[in-house]
Amino acid sequence: MDFGRLFVIAISAIFVNNFVLARFLGICPYLGVSKKWDSALGMGIAVIFVMTLASFITWIVQHFLLAPPSGKYDLTDILQTIAFILTIAALVQFVEIVMKKAMPDLYKALGIYLPLITTNCAILGVTLLNIKNDYNLIESIVFGISAGVGFTLALLMMASIRERLESAKVPKVFKGIAIALIVAALMSLSFTGFSGLIAE
Amino acid sequence: MKVLKIIQNGILSENPVFRLLLGLCPTLAVTTSANNAIGMGLATTFVLVMSNVIVSMIKGFIPAKVRIPAFIVVIATFVTIVQFVMAGFLPELNKSLGLFIPLIVVNCIIMGRAEAFASKNNTFLAAVDGIAMGIGFTLALTLIGGVREILGSNTFFGYLVLPQSYKPMLFFILSPGGFFTMGVLLAFFNWISSRKKEA
Repeated sequence: MDFGRLFVIAISAIFVNNFVLARFLGICPYLGVSKKWDSALGMGIAVIFVMTLASFITWIVQHFLLAPPSGKYDLTDILQTIAFILTIAALVQFVEIVMKKAMPDLYKALGIYLPLITTNCAILGVTLLNIKNDYNLIESIVFGISAGVGFTLALLMMASIRERLESAKVPKVFKGIAIALIVAALMSLSFTGFSGLIAE
Repeated sequence: MKVLKIIQNGILSENPVFRLLLGLCPTLAVTTSANNAIGMGLATTFVLVMSNVIVSMIKGFIPAKVRIPAFIVVIATFVTIVQFVMAGFLPELNKSLGLFIPLIVVNCIIMGRAEAFASKNNTFLAAVDGIAMGIGFTLALTLIGGVREILGSNTFFGYLVLPQSYKPMLFFILSPGGFFTMGVLLAFFNWISSRKKEA
């Protein structure tokens, strides 16, 4: 096993190609759930959790159902999009049911964010990128976790800035989402500083 | 009359990008040039119209509890069609839009219109709504794409705007420029609508 490669995948997904700030995936929750620190943290943890599970399950779907190792058929082109989005939708529903029964406290904290995750393009994005980059099972899971961590990092930074923006004097036309986008631009600009970190 | 109202809604008063703030991921990601923006806009429009039509046709047969997964399957089917057509006929555009073509599935505009409009109206109105929303989305994308392309690479639809000696600001085609352009344009449209209210 090559830990160096896993480390590079993780650093690249968290900082260099941050899902929100460099790849523009998951912008809707990034702007929608970043008004308060607590809800941002809840959303972030829920995303990390689902992303990791989704990376694992879609990898198995891809390599055993869509394009099995025997090589008899390859349905990737035709069915990949449909199969992955259904897998994610079912997974989210399943997590919701299990969590409700087994961990009611956690469900109370994260429950309202779970349905929103199905249509979060970052999740489908991670699973598609796993296959596109030819990651093996372990690499896929590491990529899923670190993409989630990168998303949470950006979300928490945004939430703490926006809590302060509440009391700041912002021009009337910039109030709300517009100023949040300008903040995101500055944040994204500072993240481009990481781009030399890994030789591509 | 109702048709005109729907068209006006989709393009102006409920513009999906600048008014409803839906579908921001593709809006920011693919608008590095006006060409990409139009390609993405038209692809989304096709999926939007077709899914609106099908959803409004099958709305009577689908139990309310499983309607969301059913809508997702309908949408994903049309997205797969778009993927094949793009890969076959427009390989260059396909390459530059890349990951964002399969991600049309999770574009909130499409799901939003299926749920909010198509599942409550007849097929004709649903098709009109799809076309109007699609045009509104395409226009918004082209505006952002045009601004970013002119400022960031000094071209418009691939044609040179200012003489070659002018150095374009690379900032605008990198990811921070996407956020920045969108933020400023949004503030601009807020300003216009607040002036209208005062007048």
